[in-house]
Amino acid sequence: MTSGGGKRVLELNGIVKDYASEAGTFRALDGVDVAVDQGEFLSIMGPSGSGKSTLMNIIGCLDSATEGAYRFDGVDISAYDEKALAKLRNDSIGFVFQQFNLLPRLSSRANVALPLVYSGVSLKDRNARADELLALVGLEGKELSRPSQLSGGQQQRVAVARALANNPRLLLADEPTGALDTKTGAEVLALFRDLNAARGVTAVIVTHDPGVAAATNRVVRIQDGRITYDGPPTEQALAGVGHAYDPA
Amino acid sequence: MLAEAWSALVANRLRSILTMLGMIIGVAAVILMLAIGSGVQVYIEKQISSLGSNLLIISSGAARTGGGFAQGIGTAPTLTLDDAEAIARLPTVVAAAPQSGFGAQVTAGPTNWLTQVSTSTPSWFQVQDWYPDEGRAFTEMEDRQAARVAVIGRTVADELFGANDPLGQQIRVRGVTFTVIGILPKRGQGIGGSNRDDTIVLPLNSAQRLVQGGGAFRRSVRTISVSVATPEAMAPTEEAISQLLRRRHQLAPAAPDDFSITNITAVGETFAETTGAISLLLGAIGGISLVVGGIGIMNIMLVSVTERTREIGIRMAIGASRGAIRLQFLLEALMLSLAGCLIGVMLGTGLAVIAGKFLPFVTVITPASVIISFAISAGIGIFFGWWPANRAAKLSPIEALRS
Ligand SMILES: Nc1ncnc2c1ncn2[C@@H]1O[C@H](COP(=O)(O)OP(=O)(O)OP(=O)(O)O)[C@@H](O)[C@H]1O
Ligand SMILES: [Mg+2]
Repeated sequence: MTSGGGKRVLELNGIVKDYASEAGTFRALDGVDVAVDQGEFLSIMGPSGSGKSTLMNIIGCLDSATEGAYRFDGVDISAYDEKALAKLRNDSIGFVFQQFNLLPRLSSRANVALPLVYSGVSLKDRNARADELLALVGLEGKELSRPSQLSGGQQQRVAVARALANNPRLLLADEPTGALDTKTGAEVLALFRDLNAARGVTAVIVTHDPGVAAATNRVVRIQDGRITYDGPPTEQALAGVGHAYDPA
Repeated sequence: MLAEAWSALVANRLRSILTMLGMIIGVAAVILMLAIGSGVQVYIEKQISSLGSNLLIISSGAARTGGGFAQGIGTAPTLTLDDAEAIARLPTVVAAAPQSGFGAQVTAGPTNWLTQVSTSTPSWFQVQDWYPDEGRAFTEMEDRQAARVAVIGRTVADELFGANDPLGQQIRVRGVTFTVIGILPKRGQGIGGSNRDDTIVLPLNSAQRLVQGGGAFRRSVRTISVSVATPEAMAPTEEAISQLLRRRHQLAPAAPDDFSITNITAVGETFAETTGAISLLLGAIGGISLVVGGIGIMNIMLVSVTERTREIGIRMAIGASRGAIRLQFLLEALMLSLAGCLIGVMLGTGLAVIAGKFLPFVTVITPASVIISFAISAGIGIFFGWWPANRAAKLSPIEALRS
């Protein structure tokens, strides 16, 4: 089931991900079906090692699935080559990581402008856009600071601003508040909610925090590589008890 | 993109400079060698033209092994004025100047100066292509009449007369007084490093008749300088002179020559070839250094790729294609090699200027050598940067991010 009912942004069918190791292959995702519509704010929950990051990386086109179909904006991207995937990541997907992943040598402005470098925007326009986004995430005056000169919460805001640089169709965040304290975590979460509510950004975030998931419109629970719940953030869903997922 | 590559290099300033060292040394060596090489070239060309072009020098005595100038002291002169006249009549010969010489203390008033006295006919000026720029050369008439006239080189003029005008002044050579009628323009150093301007030219007859020891053997001369019409005629003329002199000296077919013929242009060419070979060798050392520098760049770029795997992952995650990553690392390698080249060119230029102060000739830095250095450096940057750049580009985004 979906909320919102806008245009379908992504649709995964029967996604399987196997990791090969000396001990044999390990199935991290075992037949995942999920669809996300435009304007949705979705959280993915599940125990550690359940396959949340694996799923996010496949959704973000950083990794490819072993089996299954992936349609982005209605287009099957399994045949995309490396260049087309890079373009998709650049144009249509914004990724926020738990560890921020800013480039330490670059200023906030340059970090935010980096995706625009790869989409061929001029330096002047890049800087203007970066400053605009930094203002949006509440970091006016920090344009020239390096990541090392910013707090964790501020660094994550820079990362969010960077993810938004190209006005992506989809914003992905893998435990964006995981490395932050409760208060700054809440601020970053509020930023996501604002972006979703006020600007209609479609967002998917992975979280361990029921408080974070409660702020979203829809919760997907994963256990051992399978979806066990997909629905509104009810108390039981957030607690992770009962509610065996029934796809019917 | 360029600014990014630059900032990556600046962030690792010391390492970048150490990496460039190989390039710097290589380029400096190449620039220096090419500067010396072209300096030698220019020098030789000047030498050859200063000796007079298409010049054959015939010396008394048999040729020494190895060729070169074989006019040994103590060699009994076998050449005569008549030989010179006979040679001058050969069709391809423009002029033939018989010449003897001796060292002498020359005095003018209170000052004196030890110099080299050449005695010859007026043809000397033509053969040497060296005419007085002040005053005049002596004439056939003056030579025949053994006139007491002298033409002096610039150094002699300066040493004996200083700021005064030497023309019309008297000089004494071995007790005989001569009047200075001409001063030769400056020519600089000869091939052996001797000062060509430290000379006096007297008419052959005057010296032989008047000056004690000016000509022990009447009508005999030590050398005959021959000016040949064209470069192509050099070899046939040499052969013709050889046959002519053997006939005139009545040498039996089995007897060795009692004279030797030196082709000045050929000597200069040999010298140029030798120095050319030496600078080629040094240039090769510079080239090897460039390759070693290139390998240094490759090494550092490989380290850089490993160190910056995470950065590569981040860039890929936000939309950098493999091509963009490859370009970034290639640009960094290229920038390293070009910056090294720039410093190398400056260092090489500085060294060439310093070397020019110690060498008997001016070093010449040609634009071509600078352009060649940059082209080679760019080639090396791309060649040795390609592999590390490709390695960076081949990383998968997710694996790079996980590092
Ligand atoms: N590169 C890999 N090679 C082998 N196994 C892997 C690899 N990446 C993940 N796995 C395995 O796949 C499973 C799912 O991993 P994943 O990172 O998706 O978990 P997660 O739900 O994100 O956990 P966490 O909440 O701790 O971040 C884990 O058991 C993990 O050990
Ligand atoms: Mg995870």
